Amino acid sequence: MRIAVDVNGVERSADIEPRLLLIHFIRDELGLTGSHWGCDTSNCGACVLWLDDTPVKSCTILAAMADGHRVRTVEGLERDGVLDPVQQGFAHCHGLQCGFCTPGMLMTARWLLDHCPDPTPTQVREAISGQVCRCTGYENIVRSVLWAARQERENRA
Amino acid sequence: MQVPAYVEYERATSVEHALALLARFGPRAQVLAGGHSLIPMMKLRLVQPETLVDVGHLTELRYLTVTGSVLRIGALTRHAELLAAPEAGRHFPILHDAERVIADPIVRQWGTVGGSLCQADPSEDLSAAFAALNATMVITGPDGTRAVPARQFHTGPYETVVAQGELLTEIQVPITPGAGSAYEKVGRRVGDWPVGAAGAAIRLDGDVIAAAGIGLAAVGAEHFAAPEAERSLIGAQAGEQALARAGQIAAEHARPVTDQRGPADYKRHLASELTVRALRRAVARARAAGRSAREG
Repeated sequence: MRIAVDVNGVERSADIEPRLLLIHFIRDELGLTGSHWGCDTSNCGACVLWLDDTPVKSCTILAAMADGHRVRTVEGLERDGVLDPVQQGFAHCHGLQCGFCTPGMLMTARWLLDHCPDPTPTQVREAISGQVCRCTGYENIVRSVLWAARQERENRA
Repeated sequence: MQVPAYVEYERATSVEHALALLARFGPRAQVLAGGHSLIPMMKLRLVQPETLVDVGHLTELRYLTVTGSVLRIGALTRHAELLAAPEAGRHFPILHDAERVIADPIVRQWGTVGGSLCQADPSEDLSAAFAALNATMVITGPDGTRAVPARQFHTGPYETVVAQGELLTEIQVPITPGAGSAYEKVGRRVGDWPVGAAGAAIRLDGDVIAAAGIGLAAVGAEHFAAPEAERSLIGAQAGEQALARAGQIAAEHARPVTDQRGPADYKRHLASELTVRALRRAVARARAAGRSAREG
């Protein structure tokens, strides 16, 4: 079947098998390998990207389901060569080591700050509770998100 | 690498269109909503439909409203939407208790209430919550709609009364002023299926229990309910003694099985203990609701 998906603001279309998972469409058909393919069982959250305006686990969604919709991946976070504040936060606070969970964490963090600009550490932890990081112990990820929240508040002030 | 087997895909644009597609493709078609239960099952070849009928775009089934004294939940309401809906939490705190511990925030963004119910996993939290609330399931088919009590909806593990060619379209929950409800779950880790879980809905007359609903998940309770334990509560003083007895009766009627989540005797213990805890909180909430109604 032929699908057309708006990916990071660009209309992309392809002939696919209906059984193709969204994560494989994004990585293998479109070559956007920022989103990672992890556990394949909707547990780890490495594949989190946005479908329309919602973070989803793209290993558990068919590309066919995204036909006619908008997808935003980690490649769509930066604006005119400037990293998104959540990306800056992860760099500044050492929010990653191996980097495998990072794209999913960034997409969830961006969504959280869009909906809750001044989160508590508990709210950050809850937001990423469906995502696994085996390096950081989460402490630096939480710090990174809170750093980004502070940065955005200061930018607005 | 886990991928589903070859399958065809059809997207429904209305309930009528969905029903027509289901009629056209027959018993080898499967309804796809959020896909968060079905796609994992397809990856494991536990189900292998020839055609998926995607109803996930039917916004007409994505709503949450109070009509008269009934909360109506469209079957395609996402878990996150139910959790965020103040009218659900105000009338039925059990639904928010349960939603908070269903999967994780990202899965709740896409998984649907109706999809979870139709998946009919014996450990499904919402099935127990709606059993406790004595909800009604509205099923739409080619000949119109029919209403089925929540306690007759499931016919066995992964089986419901929704027939080939039909769709679950709405869940209706009767609102009882002054009632209280709660949900208690024990899992191995955050976001996991329950080892055991219990929900309770209570209406008080003074300090006497006038109505009681108890739902159980993952402990082998028939239809996710504990009717014998409920009966033991009617007319009793809403105190620890009656609650403990109800927990005991609920556990006696549960038929848990040993699996990787825990041994049967531990699950039976949970059936009792979690029933008591859910009842305790439901009673406290019913008292608070009664107080605010009197002061109201």
